[in-house]
Amino acid sequence: MTLVQQIFHSSLGRKYVAALTGAGLFFFLIGHLAGNLQIFGPPDLINGYAHFLKSKPLMVWGARLGLLACVGLHLYAVISLAMESKAARPVAYAGGAAYGSAWRSRYMMVSGLVILAFVVYHLAHFTALLPGINGFGDFSKLKTELKDAGEVPDVYAMMVLGFRVWWVTLFYLIAQALLFVHLGHGLSAMFQSLGLRNHVWWPRIQIFAKVFSTALLIGYISIPIAITLGLGRDYSDRAKAGLNMPLGQQSAPQQGPADALVLK
Amino acid sequence: MKVTLKVWRQKNATSAGEFKTYSSPELNENMSFLEMLDVINEDLAIKGEEPIAFDHDCREGICGTCSLVIDGKPHGPHKGVATCQTYMRSFKNGDEIVIEPWRAKAFPIIKDLVCDRKAFDRIQHAGGFISVRTGAAPDANSIPVPKEDADLAMDAAQCIGCGACVAACKNASAMLFVAAKVSHLGLMPQGQPERYKRVKAMVDQMDAEGFGSCTITGSCEAVCPKEISLDFIARMNRDYAVALFKGEPKKTAGGGAG
Ligand code: HEM
Ligand code: FES
Repeated sequence: MTLVQQIFHSSLGRKYVAALTGAGLFFFLIGHLAGNLQIFGPPDLINGYAHFLKSKPLMVWGARLGLLACVGLHLYAVISLAMESKAARPVAYAGGAAYGSAWRSRYMMVSGLVILAFVVYHLAHFTALLPGINGFGDFSKLKTELKDAGEVPDVYAMMVLGFRVWWVTLFYLIAQALLFVHLGHGLSAMFQSLGLRNHVWWPRIQIFAKVFSTALLIGYISIPIAITLGLGRDYSDRAKAGLNMPLGQQSAPQQGPADALVLK
Repeated sequence: MKVTLKVWRQKNATSAGEFKTYSSPELNENMSFLEMLDVINEDLAIKGEEPIAFDHDCREGICGTCSLVIDGKPHGPHKGVATCQTYMRSFKNGDEIVIEPWRAKAFPIIKDLVCDRKAFDRIQHAGGFISVRTGAAPDANSIPVPKEDADLAMDAAQCIGCGACVAACKNASAMLFVAAKVSHLGLMPQGQPERYKRVKAMVDQMDAEGFGSCTITGSCEAVCPKEISLDFIARMNRDYAVALFKGEPKKTAGGGAG
């Protein structure tokens, strides 16, 4: 057997795959959060960032393929292992959760599957901009002017309008809470799976998992919560008003999205 | 004191089992759990019923034969204690106690509460040994071993191979057992020559036996009568990765010892 075959054949090998792909996704989550937190700056900041990403298709598609590979391999590893584990106990015990098991560890599959559903929705919501699913309408019509780039998608308005739909916000919050649960276990589990643990490092690894899962939770939920509390409301109202305007009136004063930027 | 027992009864490996309820006669609270079962069985034998089959041998917590899941916890209510060292004073008068066998595909039930744990033996045969020439006893301390390593190796070597780790794990994973065996030899100088071959062979045998995989739930550590640490599982994961990346040894022509 080749090394790759051995890795995918053995249970420990697939644990390494789950841990490494989980680590890859974790690093992505940090970078993605850093990008998203620019919503707390002026609209030009995140719109400029989105425009910068758009202008580097090679980088963006490289990252997307890498992430797709991580998700695919993570899923393959954990689902194949879970199926074997299920088969390993054909007759169940009389009742109750396994004695002494950490509660987060029992919800890894559930939290993971909800995260997966969320990722699919999130991509349809803000990447593919499917109009039917956002409770708002056609995000792709939201445009704004950037100084050096001309007309670009108005990502700031999209995010604000996106989270002004209560059930969208609720779903995002639920998914983030489950990601917190997933990473609360996963971030320490990955060290164990890769064999990077001893009695000295285990307490530190657990602190690492707590700190980073909490930091990601706070960082991510701060966005929909801030928007629900009013962040960018005026700006998005103006962007929306500009969108609904009949064609002939687009140049009406103080209404178009471009004007909104000038006002800022 | 008196208790009610809900016991798993299963005629043989192929028949379906079911719970049966038994009321105990008056018990002495300083009886061991297994002595309580002896008393119940005496009653059953007198009545002409089939006694409850359960595994036991040393009854002093060192052989790893006793194997009962008591109220959902392998080896009963206490931490670091085997079934045979559990006493009736740990229960209350009138309690209903549920008794089940270890449940895992790799540990098929032979009868009632007795299961077949030969899968563990096969894992041991795959690599849980060192190859040395025996002979006259070597001088003590002729091979220096750091005290910390000796202590760790002793912690791992405490494993009595009872299989409670498998019984407790929601995945029926044997990782704690295999990790203890891999580590106790892998930590010693005498275990070095076969260190990577050993971990590879034992883990592959573990997979072949149909145990589940580890999701680091911590159940095994929580029920282990010898309180073997999950640290050893990490150690085994590390050694197995090294073994995979080292690859198979270079083929040599001709024989040679070992
Ligand atoms: C943002 C996406 C995700 C991240 C950052 C992530 C992270 C992690 C990490 C770090 C681990 C620990 C690996 C190990 O056990 O060594 C893990 C395990 C796991 N993940 Fe994910 N994961 C993600 C998405 C998913 C998805 C979509 C599923 C869907 C089923 C999933 C299911 C699981 C399961 C079942 C485990 C095994 C838990 C265990 O071994 O105890 N994860 N994940
Ligand atoms: S009977 Fe030997 S350990 Fe319990």
